[in-house]
Amino acid sequence: MSRILLDPTSERVTTTRPRAPRLPSLAGRRIGLLDIRKPRGDVFLDRLAERLAERGVDVVRFTKPTFTKPAPLDLRRSIGQQCDAVIEALAD
Amino acid sequence: MAQTGPDRVRNTTVRAFRAAAGRLQAASRLSRTGRVTREVASATEPIPDGLVAVVKRDCPTCELVVPVLRALADAGAALCIYSQDDPAFPPALAVRDDRGLETSYRLGVSTVPTVLRVQGGREIARVEGWDRPEWEALTGAVGLGPDLPAYRPGCGSRSAEPNIAADLAVRVGGVLASRLIAPGELEDEAELCFARGWTDGLPVVPPTPVRVLAMLEGTRRSPDEVVAVVPPDLVDCTVEKVALNAVLAGCRPDYLPVVLTAVEAACTDAFNAHGILATTWFSGPVVIVNGPIAGQIGMNAAGNCLGQGNRANATIGRALQLVIRNVGGGRPGEVDRATLGTPGKFTSCFAEREHDSPWESLATERAGLAPGTSAVTLFAGGGVHGIADQQSRTPESLARTFAAVLRVVFHPKLVLIADAILVVSPEHARVFCDAGWSKARLREELEALLTLPGRELVRGAGGIAEGLPEAFAGADLPKFRPGGLLIVHAGGTAGMFSAVIGGWASGAIGSDPVTMEMKP
Repeated sequence: MSRILLDPTSERVTTTRPRAPRLPSLAGRRIGLLDIRKPRGDVFLDRLAERLAERGVDVVRFTKPTFTKPAPLDLRRSIGQQCDAVIEALAD
Repeated sequence: MAQTGPDRVRNTTVRAFRAAAGRLQAASRLSRTGRVTREVASATEPIPDGLVAVVKRDCPTCELVVPVLRALADAGAALCIYSQDDPAFPPALAVRDDRGLETSYRLGVSTVPTVLRVQGGREIARVEGWDRPEWEALTGAVGLGPDLPAYRPGCGSRSAEPNIAADLAVRVGGVLASRLIAPGELEDEAELCFARGWTDGLPVVPPTPVRVLAMLEGTRRSPDEVVAVVPPDLVDCTVEKVALNAVLAGCRPDYLPVVLTAVEAACTDAFNAHGILATTWFSGPVVIVNGPIAGQIGMNAAGNCLGQGNRANATIGRALQLVIRNVGGGRPGEVDRATLGTPGKFTSCFAEREHDSPWESLATERAGLAPGTSAVTLFAGGGVHGIADQQSRTPESLARTFAAVLRVVFHPKLVLIADAILVVSPEHARVFCDAGWSKARLREELEALLTLPGRELVRGAGGIAEGLPEAFAGADLPKFRPGGLLIVHAGGTAGMFSAVIGGWASGAIGSDPVTMEMKP
């Protein structure tokens, strides 16, 4: 009788999803800025917000409760509903 | 979308069955030599009505009853013979090849020869071994085997041999849900485990059915019970998958309840195994075991308890990490982004030395569990840092040594970021015990010693840019948050050395230590 082993993994098959199409231009768009709560991420995003505002872009700010955990579903949904694109700041 | 449990069991069984049938047919074609034409056995073939005999050549009693089987066939009885080891046995009779043992397993044969009477697809009578009156009653024939003794016991069925029985239970019986993998003829099982990415870099024990079923004997919990949702992929992890990874890690079945509790505790929101894995920091789960289970499974709480050499310590911590890797999908270079990591990420597990500890145990202190309760505490540890003090004979002096070393956790100028475990060795604990210091007293003294002046901590102080914002210069700040210093008694009786295990981002922004009572 042949040898058998059992699979110790989750046996999940991951699917690759295409990226959302890139925006051709920021003009008239609403851009989310997500602060993941890493130190000095706010410094980076504040400057980015200034630069985007200079170009007439509508900016919405978001913050994760902590950088150590994935963003809560509600936050992700809210960003998706309100924004055409999001910029996530890592920093440190 | 992943298949749900029952569908997956069924499909796995069907696939295994088809594969087995294919192999059986190939084997039968190869063996179809000589003057006897045998039928091609199929694992999915229904059992025919009439008499069904299961035999093997390697059984003197089966050899003995060959004339009886021949006489029954010659008399026109509806007789179907399954052979477990040689489809040319018994000679000159129509024999179905059951070398794959699927039919023997499905018929529940434990002894050969076994003769059944089947009616309407259902067994209505069974005889094991050779027993003339019983055979005559079952077959309705008289005068069977006149030259034979009246009674001979049979031999064990091949399908009941321990390794084979486990394979059949998994392959044919579908008792487990995990996918079955058949290594190639020349494929090395240990290499297969490496090639499939199941290991932490060290060899693992290949998860064969017999090992996994034996592991599951270590718990009363059902294999399909979901223990935890394991990050980072947030996968429902069953008892069966934990048992499989415990096999890989080298655990004995009696360790399984500890591993299950460790997995459950690690996957709580408070412990935040996702963050511990994903961080660039060193951290990995440190497992501290309290209560009688530690002694029962032979864990080391004494000399070298943070080191190598004890199977339970080594494999329990490793099993938890393999669950996060294999079930949760957490692998270095992917979601695990550690800059340097630590050897403790292979395994980090020890027991508290309770029998001669001057203090209440960690589980009692943290969770109020009664002494004698087995429990597991998980801590996000970044590595072991030794403390030497061979001169202090007063608790005040030794506490100052501890405080000086504890101050450097994470960074000497950063406070309220990381928790820590202080592992106090017996020779150091004796100093506090002799002076009548309780654990609470030691903690109180350490808190006082570790309340640090902000002017030493701010950016630029001491010529070091790292530090707190200038606004804290006038404040006195505690090194650790309340409850952020865990004190454990462990180690060998020689050596005035204790240890600090530094933590990672603590509390709601990172990880809280979790103490959980063990279920059987």
